[in-house]
Amino acid sequence: MSPVSQRNRETDSAQLPDDQPALVAVRDAGVVRNGRLIWEHVCVDVAAGEFVAILGPNGVGKSTLLKSILGLVPLTSGEIRLLGHAPGRANHQVGYLPQRRTFDASLRIRGRDVIRLGLDGHRWGIPLPGRRSRAAIARVDELIALVDAGAYADRPIGQLSGGEQQRLLIAQALARRPRLLLLDEPLDSLDLPNQAAVAALISRICRAEGVAVMMVAHDVNPILAYLDRVIYLGHGGAVSGIPAEVITSATLTALYGTPIEVLSTSDGRLVVVGQPEAPAHHSDRHGGQP
Amino acid sequence: MTTPTFTWNLIADLRDMWSLPFMVNAFRAGTIVAVLAAIIGWYMVLRRQSFAGHTLAVVGFPGAAAAIWLGLGAILGYFACCLAAALVIAALPSGARRGYREESAVIGAVQAYALAAGLLFIALYKGFLNGTSALLFGSFLGITTRQVTTLAVVTTVVLAVVAGIGRPLLFASIDPDIAAAHGVPTRDLGAAFLVMLAATAAEVGQITGALLVFALLVLPPATAQLITVRPGPSMAVSVVLAAATVWVALFVAYYSPYPLGFWLTSIAFGAYVATAGIAALNGWRRRRPQPVGARA
Ligand SMILES: Nc1ncnc2c1ncn2[C@@H]1O[C@H](COP(=O)(O)OP(=O)(O)OP(=O)(O)O)[C@@H](O)[C@H]1O
Ligand SMILES: [Mg+2]
Repeated sequence: MSPVSQRNRETDSAQLPDDQPALVAVRDAGVVRNGRLIWEHVCVDVAAGEFVAILGPNGVGKSTLLKSILGLVPLTSGEIRLLGHAPGRANHQVGYLPQRRTFDASLRIRGRDVIRLGLDGHRWGIPLPGRRSRAAIARVDELIALVDAGAYADRPIGQLSGGEQQRLLIAQALARRPRLLLLDEPLDSLDLPNQAAVAALISRICRAEGVAVMMVAHDVNPILAYLDRVIYLGHGGAVSGIPAEVITSATLTALYGTPIEVLSTSDGRLVVVGQPEAPAHHSDRHGGQP
Repeated sequence: MTTPTFTWNLIADLRDMWSLPFMVNAFRAGTIVAVLAAIIGWYMVLRRQSFAGHTLAVVGFPGAAAAIWLGLGAILGYFACCLAAALVIAALPSGARRGYREESAVIGAVQAYALAAGLLFIALYKGFLNGTSALLFGSFLGITTRQVTTLAVVTTVVLAVVAGIGRPLLFASIDPDIAAAHGVPTRDLGAAFLVMLAATAAEVGQITGALLVFALLVLPPATAQLITVRPGPSMAVSVVLAAATVWVALFVAYYSPYPLGFWLTSIAFGAYVATAGIAALNGWRRRRPQPVGARA
């Protein structure tokens, strides 16, 4: 299947039936940052409860796509609707986990307080004891239990491992019971067992609470079993479909203009060979991880 | 002033001190400044803007010296110069993008130039040489009732603003990206915080001197953050530590020939080192008994 027909398929699915309105609708959107075109003609639709992965080489603008959905980066062409609103108008229904390494080791704030800020940190004033405060404390306890972070939620967050910090931040993103989670490389900096555990956790929450998930990922394998769809972002636009359709040699080769081979291992994992993502660049970003 | 004599009856000593109006003013001014410094400094430490805080305080030195030379009074010079510097930093487009956290060579150059300019104004205002040490290293002499009133008004205004923006400011300080996604105006809050930091630096500089503002602006909050990780109690501990530092320092400085700034800094530093030492010892004890591989 060629990328062009993929994109047509995507446009067709834009006319979603009324009973399942798109949470996110990106229409022919384009972004220019610092005078440089990041991407254009991108069309993406995400429906309620869907688990979608966003893949693509470094610097192609995956993080920028999440930020423009949140209204943090303005579009230069096209349109984005989030829950039927302009970007930035419905962010209270979205949980966001930005791309990062870790909190500074000297940051003396508990994980519990970080989660609490996700719940009511945007409110003016200072938290005063009362009914609202008690409800917030109860909700924070609930979230800590949800991500199984009870053992370390009261320690300074800067001293926790990357995986522990990531779980607390997922809890923070869930604090306001969002309908959509935007997760920017949440599995980054996790070891393989933790990648599997966090991926399973996200998918469990996605199913149990009907939350749609858009997750930027570098390796599709830890989340392959849970995915409804993948979006492959290239400079020419986005290609979307079920993983087996999009992550194919033909689609990726056409998208990047260089020969790319996709191999499937016996246990169903996908290996992309000849990705236009220079391996040196990749390992640089991850700072000498094995 | 006749040389005061220290007795071990501390109450009597305090009563003796407070019979002098300038000492009463010193205690009032010191306490007001300590409370403000403890709160704003708490955010400053969290936001890693110590360098900006120091720069703003150092800029107060030429401000005060120039205002004295022009006959306008040091207080006006402190506030005018510090606030102007804060507005300049806030207006720099690069500063806003990095959350004003940049510790660049530019700031170092500005600090050096501010000191040089201050010395020039002192030279221009002949016969003021004794005041140099007070402007740089603090003094408890000559604090007027009007100055105390000014400090109290500024402190009240700044603390009222903190009460209004405290929570989103904390969010923006810890996690600007997520805070922005939650609709927190992180840029505006950053600029507002710089202005509040400037007002605080101007106040603290009047007690500790321009070079020793960290005695109240960094050390009590940093010590408090070591003692507890809960934001509310940590701020309260910071206030108590800063106020205690000022009181003990004023008390000791009254009987000693050495400058107030030295005592303030020594006491605050001593508390910090002791706390950090205890914290390190606790951490070491907790880790030590565990044989290799016992922790998953
Ligand atoms: N704040 C910014 N201002 C200007 N340009 C930016 C900014 N942030 C990112 N860019 C540029 O936008 C492009 C896309 O960046 P983005 O972070 O979205 O890529 P990405 O796909 O998430 O990459 P990675 O896989 O490395 O995270 C890059 O070329 C980058 O240089
Ligand atoms: Mg990215």
